[in-house]
Amino acid sequence: MPLTHVNEGNLAILKSIDGGRQLRGRLAALGLLPGAQLHVVQNSGQGPFVVAVRGSRIVLGRGMAARISVE
Amino acid sequence: MTSILDRTLTVAVAGNPNAGKTTIFNNLTGARQHVGNYPGVTVEWKEGTLRRGDLRLNIVDLPGTYSLSTFSEEELVARDYLLNHAPDVVINVVDASNLERNLYLTTELLEIGRPLVVVLNMSDAARDRGYIIDHHRLSQLLGVPVVPAVGNRNQGMEAVIGAVLEVVNSRVHLPGTADQCRDAGPGPGGLAAPSRAAGSAGRVNYGPDVEAAVARIEALLPETPHRRWQALKLLEGDSRVLSDSLPVGARETVATLATAFAASSTDDPDVLLARLRYEHIGRLCDEVTRQVRGNGAAALSDRIDRVAMHPVWGVPIFLAMMYLVFMLTFMLGNPLMDLIDRGFGALGTFFTGLWPAGSPSHLKSLLVDGIIGGVGGVVVFLPNIVLLFMAIAVLEGTGYMARAAFVMDRFMSKVGLHGKTFIPLLIGFGCTVPAIMATRTLETRRDRLITMMVLPLMSCGARLPIYALLIPAFFAPRWQGPVLWMIYVTGILLALAGARLLRATLFRGENTPFVMELPPYRLPTAQSLLIQMWTRAWLYLKKAGTVILGAAVILWCLTFYPKPPATWVPPAEPGQATLVAYGQMTDPAQRRATELSYSVAGHVGRALEPVISPMGFDWRIGTALVGAIAAKEVFVAQMGIVFAVGQADETSDQLRAQLRARYSPLVGLCIMMFALIATPCIATFAITRQEAGSARWALAQTLSLTALAWIITFAVFQVGTLLKLGVS
Repeated sequence: MPLTHVNEGNLAILKSIDGGRQLRGRLAALGLLPGAQLHVVQNSGQGPFVVAVRGSRIVLGRGMAARISVE
Repeated sequence: MTSILDRTLTVAVAGNPNAGKTTIFNNLTGARQHVGNYPGVTVEWKEGTLRRGDLRLNIVDLPGTYSLSTFSEEELVARDYLLNHAPDVVINVVDASNLERNLYLTTELLEIGRPLVVVLNMSDAARDRGYIIDHHRLSQLLGVPVVPAVGNRNQGMEAVIGAVLEVVNSRVHLPGTADQCRDAGPGPGGLAAPSRAAGSAGRVNYGPDVEAAVARIEALLPETPHRRWQALKLLEGDSRVLSDSLPVGARETVATLATAFAASSTDDPDVLLARLRYEHIGRLCDEVTRQVRGNGAAALSDRIDRVAMHPVWGVPIFLAMMYLVFMLTFMLGNPLMDLIDRGFGALGTFFTGLWPAGSPSHLKSLLVDGIIGGVGGVVVFLPNIVLLFMAIAVLEGTGYMARAAFVMDRFMSKVGLHGKTFIPLLIGFGCTVPAIMATRTLETRRDRLITMMVLPLMSCGARLPIYALLIPAFFAPRWQGPVLWMIYVTGILLALAGARLLRATLFRGENTPFVMELPPYRLPTAQSLLIQMWTRAWLYLKKAGTVILGAAVILWCLTFYPKPPATWVPPAEPGQATLVAYGQMTDPAQRRATELSYSVAGHVGRALEPVISPMGFDWRIGTALVGAIAAKEVFVAQMGIVFAVGQADETSDQLRAQLRARYSPLVGLCIMMFALIATPCIATFAITRQEAGSARWALAQTLSLTALAWIITFAVFQVGTLLKLGVS
C-alpha cells in the first residue's frame, strides 16, 4: 500500500519506490531504500509528510509519499 | 608574511547538510575567509586560510551533500571539486547524533581515494540523544583518523588540525608531487602505502558478485586514486561518469555487467549498492555506538514540531515569524537607512558649499549628484541587507527554515515551487535586492532562477512613493485604498502566474521531489551569525556596489548632458503662452526642466513617444521612466523636474495639480501599472546578474518584464479608453 495510507504514529517497512533513477538514488542517500523501517511522525491527511528513518526526520511531499509502497 | 618556502595545502571540508560543517569551517578559518560563487552556478563557494608555522592551509567549504551522486547542483559541485582539484586532505564532518545517515557520504569519500580525516561533530548532542560513540574503534574500522569535536563550542579544533597535519606528514607530501605520490602503488619504497592501505581498509565490501564486477571494470580504467569509485559509479549507471571519455571496451563491459545484474537481482544496481553500503554502515554503528539511555533530545524536538508544524497552527506561526523578520528588517532598518541618507545628504551639501552659490560647475554636479548620490544609493540598502541576513541566519541556524518550507509547501506547490520560495517573495515587498540574495536558501537552481525572475513583480518599497504621489492625485479618497490594494494584488498574481508559466516552459520537467531533512532544533552560535551577516554585507558592497555605482553615474550623466545652448528654445507646449530661450530663463526650476528636456534622457523620452503613446504616456513620463531605472523612486523626483516644480517628493500637491491638469486618472493608473511591472531597477539587475551567475538572466528578466509591462499597460489603457473609464 502507499505510504500515504499509513496513519500517524505507525511503523512501516519500505517496499519499493515508483520513480526514476534520480529519485531513487536521492532517497537512497537519505536512507530511504527498500527494507528501511519508517516511522510516520506526521500525516495530517493533506500537505507534506514527515517520517523518521535511521535517526533523522525526513519531510516528503504528499505526491512523493504516494509513490512509496510500504508494508 | 608569505615566503617562497611556505607550503600550501588544500583542505576540503565535506559533509551532510546540517552536520555543522560550516561551523567547523568558521572555527578553523575565523574571519579569514571569502564567499564567492562557483562559476556559472548559484552554489556558494567559501574559502579561508589557516597558518601553522610555514604551512598554509587553504580550506574550502564544499556544499553540504548526502552523497556524491548527481541529484543536485551541490552534489555535482562537491564531487567535481574532489575529483578535479584533488585536495590534499578531505575533512569529513559527521553529525555524531545521526551517525548512520552521515556515514553514507563517508563510505563514498573513502572510495574517491583522497586522504580523509573524519570529524565526529556534536558528540555532545549524541550524548543528549542517549548514546556514546567509541571513536577509537570507529577510526580502526574506517582506517582513517576520527576526531571528536563540538563545533558550536569550538572544542576539538586543535585535534582536527593535528590530524590533518599528521595525515599530510605520513604521506611525505610536497606540493606539485601530489599525484605521483598518491598514485604510487603499495610496493617497495611506495611512501604513500601506509595511509593508502589504511584508507582502503574502511571501504565497503560489496560481496563477491559486485566486487568481481568492480574488479573487471577497474582493470579497464586508467590508474587513478578514485578508480574504484569510478567503477562503482559506472556500475550504478551514473550518467555523468558514463558521459566522460572512457577507454575502449569499458562502456561495453559496463553495459554487459549491468544487464547481468538486472537479470540476477530484483534491485537496480544503484539501489543494491546503496543497500549494501547501509548494511555495512549498520554493522559498523552496532560496533561503535552504545545506547546508555533514552533519546531525550529528539523528544523535545518532536514536541516543538507538534506545534510549529501543526496543520492548523503552523501557518499562523509561520506568518508571525515572517512578520517579525519583516519588522526587524524594515522597521529597524529604515531609521538606519534615513540616517545614512541624511549623512550622504550632508556630505553633498558640504561639497556643494565648496563652490560659489549658484555655480553651474560640471565637476560639482558630478561629484555631488553623480558620485555621492550614487554611492549613497548603494550604501543605503546595507542596514536592510545586514538585518535581513541576520534574521535568515537565525531561522536557518535554529532549524526553523525547514519547518517553514514544510508549512508553506501546501500552497507553493500549487504553482510548482518549493515551500521555501515563499520567504524571498515576501521579502520582495520590502526590497527586491535582499530578496534576490535570499534565494540562496533555495535548494535547486531551477527554483532559484524562477523565483529571481518573478521577484521584481512583488511591489517593493521604492515603488510606494510613486503610488503615494499618483493615487491621491487622481483618485477620490474612498478609492485610494482599493487602488493601492489592487496594484499589490496584480503584482502577486502576475508573479504566481509567471512562476507557473516558467515552470511549464523554460523550466519544464518533473516536480522537484519534495524531500528534505528536518534538522533537530539547535541554538546557532553568535560567531556563525556574525560571519554570515558580515560576508553577505561585504559581498553586496563589493559586487553590486561597483555595478550599481557605475550605472548610477552613467544615468546621472544621461539626465544632465548635453547642456542646451543659451539660444535653445524648448518646443512649444499646448497652453504655454511665451517661449523663452534657455539663456534667458531665470527660474532655476525652469532652467533644470529645460536641461532635462535637452539631455539624452529627454531625447530618449521623446524618441520613445511612439512606443509609449499606446499606453497613454507622453515624453515627460518617458523621460522620468528613464531616470527611474536608477531607482524606482527617482521617478517622482524626475516628474518634479520635468514639470518644473523644483524639489518634489511624493507629498507635493503642486506636482499633483500639474499631473491632474495634464493626465487622466486612467493614465495615472497606467503609470503605476507600468512602474509595478517594468524594468527592475539597476540594483536588481546587478544583483540578479551576480546571483544567477550570468548577465543573460538579468537581461532576460529586464526585457521580459518590460515587454509584459507594455502589453498589460497597453491593454489597460486601450480597454479603459474604449469603455471611457477614468478618461476625464
